Amino acid sequence: MKKFAAWAILLLGVTYFVLPLIGMTEFSLSMRRGEYSFDAYAKVLADPQFRQTFGYSVIMSLMTIAVGVLLVVPTAFWVQLRLPQIRPLIEFITLLPLVIPAIVTVFGYIRLYNTSSWLPLTGSLWGTNFLLLMGYSTLSLPYMYRAVDTGLRAIDVRTLTEAAQSLGAGWVLILARVIMPNVLVAVLSGAFVTFAIVMGEFTMAALLNRPAFGPYLQLMGANKAYEPFALAVIAFAITWACMGLFQLVTRFSKHTKAAG
Amino acid sequence: MSFLTIENLEKSFGANRVVKDFDLSVEKGEFISLLGPSGCGKTTVLRMVAGFETPSSGIIRIDGQEVVRLKPNQRNIGMVFQAYALFPNLTVAQNVGFGLKVKGTPKSEIDTRVAEMLDLIGLSDLGGRYPFQLSGGQQQRVALARALAPRPQVLLLDEPLSALDAKIRVSLRNEIREIQRRLGITTIFVTHDQEEALSMSDRVVVMHEGIADQVGTPFEIYNAPATRFVANFVGTLNTLEARVLDPASGRVTLGQTEIALNRPLPGPTATLGLRPEMVSLGRGTHDTALSGTITEVDFLGSVIRLRADLGGQSLAFDTFNTNRIAPPKVGDRVELGIDAGDLLVIEG
Ligand SMILES: Nc1ncnc2c1ncn2[C@@H]1O[C@H](COP(=O)(O)OP(=O)(O)O)[C@@H](O)[C@H]1O
Ligand SMILES: [Mg+2]
Repeated sequence: MKKFAAWAILLLGVTYFVLPLIGMTEFSLSMRRGEYSFDAYAKVLADPQFRQTFGYSVIMSLMTIAVGVLLVVPTAFWVQLRLPQIRPLIEFITLLPLVIPAIVTVFGYIRLYNTSSWLPLTGSLWGTNFLLLMGYSTLSLPYMYRAVDTGLRAIDVRTLTEAAQSLGAGWVLILARVIMPNVLVAVLSGAFVTFAIVMGEFTMAALLNRPAFGPYLQLMGANKAYEPFALAVIAFAITWACMGLFQLVTRFSKHTKAAG
Repeated sequence: MSFLTIENLEKSFGANRVVKDFDLSVEKGEFISLLGPSGCGKTTVLRMVAGFETPSSGIIRIDGQEVVRLKPNQRNIGMVFQAYALFPNLTVAQNVGFGLKVKGTPKSEIDTRVAEMLDLIGLSDLGGRYPFQLSGGQQQRVALARALAPRPQVLLLDEPLSALDAKIRVSLRNEIREIQRRLGITTIFVTHDQEEALSMSDRVVVMHEGIADQVGTPFEIYNAPATRFVANFVGTLNTLEARVLDPASGRVTLGQTEIALNRPLPGPTATLGLRPEMVSLGRGTHDTALSGTITEVDFLGSVIRLRADLGGQSLAFDTFNTNRIAPPKVGDRVELGIDAGDLLVIEG
């Protein structure tokens, strides 16, 4: 009886999650009357705006990942090694982006860096792109930091660092050859989350008026019938591909088999 | 001048003085152990030599060069940690070659040296493995090879055997000593295990609350402990209170027995130390006899550990098992033979 209840609940859960997906996919395939087709997808993929915004967001997310890694790995490393007492403070700071709405951050940017300010970043395309990049990095900070911090806790950072030092290695070398490779899986998990966030982000890109994928999704959703659903399926597929890739990477990193 | 000298070394963490006025001179090629209970400051001394801690004051010289101001990666010191600390993402061979690669050594030279080091530790076949595929003993040998590969001036080992099984611990300690002798590398070995320190070292530094209580060969440390702490910490020691009869000539009474120690003794009483193996059951050929009552019999196989009461003072002693004579029983009155010369006078 208990077993039956468990199965029933599981089934209910699966239905709850899967049914909308099926509906969405089914609808995205029904552009042609009376039969299933990929017409909606073909339309979407042929749209130059799709390619342009998609490409823009991919590049932005890769850059966000790069900024995040360069910012977070050395910071988390140093906090763990030398300043463990300020860890709560760092954790609090990295959580702020979850508490402060993106719209507040971006309005702050616009006020601080407008064309009549001392640093008129919004006045140029590069400046605005840079602001957006910083905004994205902030948004991904909670996930990136937590992922890297967890990765660092899994290894004996202090002893490994000292071992490398006694063998003649300086800080850059230690970070690049000892710390990074050992937190790579953790960094990747942070990177995939970052990728997903940036690809779907709407507020910042819209308010800074950059041609990103998020605002494009919104635009399509407001004006078309079938295409938005095709886009949603594509976005969903990308997310799952990321998770799959992450699993693969984890499985193929030889040295963590025992530890991981 | 000695190869490695430490003078007036001090280290405080806040108000906590962890290392106090520590002096040590190590000759080239010597194997020195720092021995002491946990928390006495051994690791801190070692870390100051390695450069991971900055001394509050004092001088450390290696081969004539003052090193306190040098960073750890400028000191050319090999370090082995209790936790192995192999780089998990690198193979055994890459681990061993790490220090050479950092120095920018040509690859062919690295390969030769790595092969040589793997041969030295007897793991030539395992160069391609990752650390997690090795046993603890193998990992620690790789850590040793890694520390030695760049030809450091000094080798530092911080309790390298403590994480291993008892059996491997003994075989590995012989192996470490053998390799150290072969390379002639100046070595400081930290341990809280007296057996390790005594069996491996040229000289032992017994540390107690941040102070070097005694520096000497294992023989000196064991047979002529300089302080009460050393006497108690190294080996098993009976401490007996004796009444001094004649301070000038050192005549005392121990229980009912009068003993001439032939050395001046201040005070109305003296504390004497006696190793359990210096006492025999029955007077035998010894110059002095004590009488007592057996209070404890511990049959350990080859050795029988006994305890006797000497009129209020307890004396532990060992005899070897023989199949001809049954050990005494609790309550037996016995005569015990000792030599007056084996009695240590414990000061401080
Ligand atoms: N980084 C540190 N900060 C504060 N106290 C420390 C630090 N490192 C060691 N100590 C203290 O110094 C004392 C000696 O430590 P240690 O040198 O590790 O002893 P041992 O290696 O002999 O066990 C201990 O009381 C320890 O708590
Ligand atoms: Mg220690």
